[in-house]
Amino acid sequence: MTVAEMKPGGTKPASAKVVLGLAECEQFLIQEARLLDDGRFDEWLNLFTADAWYWVPSQPNQENPRDTISLMYDDRRLLETRVRRLASPRIYSQEPRSRTSRMIGNVTIEEAAPDGKACTVRSKFQLLEYRRETQRIFGGTCYHHLIQGEKGIQIAWKRVDLVNCDAPHEGLVVPF
Amino acid sequence: MTPIAGEQIRSLVQPGRVHRRVYTDEEIFDLELERIFGSAWIYVGHESQIKLPGDFLATRIGRKPLLLVRDSDGNIQLLHNQCAHRGSMVVASDCGHTSEFRCCYHGWTYHLDGRLKAAPLLHGYPSHFDPKNSDTAMRRVPRVASYRGFVFGSHAKDGPSLEDFLGYMTTSFDDLIDRAPDGDLEVAGGVFKHTYRGNWKLYLENLCDAAHPLFVHQSSIDAAQQQSDDTYSDGSGEIAIRQMRQNGASYSFWEANVGIWTYPNGHSFLGDYHDDAKLVAALNDPVFREYHAAMEAKKGKQQAKKILDTRRWNSNVYPNLSFMSQFQQLRVVHPLTVNQTVVHAYTFRLGGAPTRMFENAISFANIVNGTGSLVLTDDLEIYNRIDLGLLSAGSEWLEIGRGYEGDQPDEHGGWRGKNSTSEIYIRNMFDTWLNYMAVEKPINGGRSSVSSHAAESRP
Ligand code: FES
Ligand SMILES: [Fe+2]
Repeated sequence: MTVAEMKPGGTKPASAKVVLGLAECEQFLIQEARLLDDGRFDEWLNLFTADAWYWVPSQPNQENPRDTISLMYDDRRLLETRVRRLASPRIYSQEPRSRTSRMIGNVTIEEAAPDGKACTVRSKFQLLEYRRETQRIFGGTCYHHLIQGEKGIQIAWKRVDLVNCDAPHEGLVVPF
Repeated sequence: MTPIAGEQIRSLVQPGRVHRRVYTDEEIFDLELERIFGSAWIYVGHESQIKLPGDFLATRIGRKPLLLVRDSDGNIQLLHNQCAHRGSMVVASDCGHTSEFRCCYHGWTYHLDGRLKAAPLLHGYPSHFDPKNSDTAMRRVPRVASYRGFVFGSHAKDGPSLEDFLGYMTTSFDDLIDRAPDGDLEVAGGVFKHTYRGNWKLYLENLCDAAHPLFVHQSSIDAAQQQSDDTYSDGSGEIAIRQMRQNGASYSFWEANVGIWTYPNGHSFLGDYHDDAKLVAALNDPVFREYHAAMEAKKGKQQAKKILDTRRWNSNVYPNLSFMSQFQQLRVVHPLTVNQTVVHAYTFRLGGAPTRMFENAISFANIVNGTGSLVLTDDLEIYNRIDLGLLSAGSEWLEIGRGYEGDQPDEHGGWRGKNSTSEIYIRNMFDTWLNYMAVEKPINGGRSSVSSHAAESRP
């Protein structure tokens, strides 16, 4: 990896760089987490491609979102609906709003396209969520399939495996 | 602790209102476990979960861990998951297949029907210890019975049969089962477990509540209304979008079209809700068309139409089961403490239906009934708010009187609300609650003598 590649992706126009390196991916994930923590869900949605999917399985090593329930499984259209709901002032399960804090680490590129314009990134995360006098902690593994397009890096799909995906949970409203 | 007298319990339920203590009092909660969960028929699982001899499933009644087992003769057994030696829980997995149960503490082993098979060091026990004694076993729950594959257990040695207990509600099970072209159902696709800080009774009280969606679910109604219809239900949410939109139906719709029916033993269903055209693009949808064809091929045109024209929404079987035949969803409410509840939500696969029908049911579960769904999460919020609200020293009495003057007898031995917004089904549950609770010795079933139905108390 060259020194130029080590630079955070945000320091120059995204389109100037066509190869997705580890540093760009990591910066991208951090930026995504920041949007979620800040409740900027519209901007978060804009990170996804037009045919993206977003998946939080209900079982460890779940293979299929179609024949097994999921904590969340949205195509782009449903993700838009989810985000519209999050923006509603009448979303009572978010009154008061959750406050969240996400840490991301152990980022690796698992697979990359030969031209360097697409890759699957694996990362670990911990998420603190505070709401109504209760703090919850979530953790697990994320997989992002990222592509380098005209508009910069976008998410083609995202899978979030919670360590306790099959535990009894209170309502899960803020996306992971 | 001096037990609460029957009279004291009776005073908590009055015509059209109920005392807040029934949701907050720990002593009452303990009595509910003993008198309701300790005697009523409680749903413990579906036969498709224990198909073969040796298959077992961890289940529970109230807080008691149980095992539902298919024994070597093919009979269904419901055993306490407890070792006869020193009480250790014998089986630690959720489900599986085995030829015997072995306790890992000191190695006592049991037959699939719970009888003791062998125990090490038997010579060390006193002479009066008899390993053949039927009590030296993983004890059986006194009664277990199925209705067309749905298995219930009862801790009461005697009482009404399961069919008598269910009464006219058997037609709701029929409605669910008959929607399978091959006539069989399979529990499939995993289980949602959601918890909330609130009393267990709140859950069923909400499921037939036609007056709440327009308020509670406003955020998902708004979000779904901004989305256009798709013809093709592709298993990724079309059906659920339509359901969210339906939640926004006006009060005039709920009052003019939808009905609520209640039956002895606390059961009820919301009926005449929406036809398939509101939930899928109906016969414009290739998946639904294929399903229709499968139904007609197996059942004949007339019978298929009769089955599919039935429009029951949630069917509640008191005290803790609710299912929805149109989308093959089933929920079991497990009380943990007076204000801590866990709900297990399952989906069924219709035998002989196209795979996509099942994928639609899964998608419906994810988006409407799931722990991370766009709908149920607002209901969970309400249960918690009720719990917090009841801590206040405001009104002691909670109103359950809506529609009170309009309750009418129904031809199948139940009562029907004036329209779906009636709280008759809550009054009906509390009539039953009193039947179980306001006696020193639990009895099973029957109508309460202190009925909260207006029609009965009118001169
Ligand atoms: S407790 Fe089970 S064998 Fe001792
Ligand atoms: Fe609801």
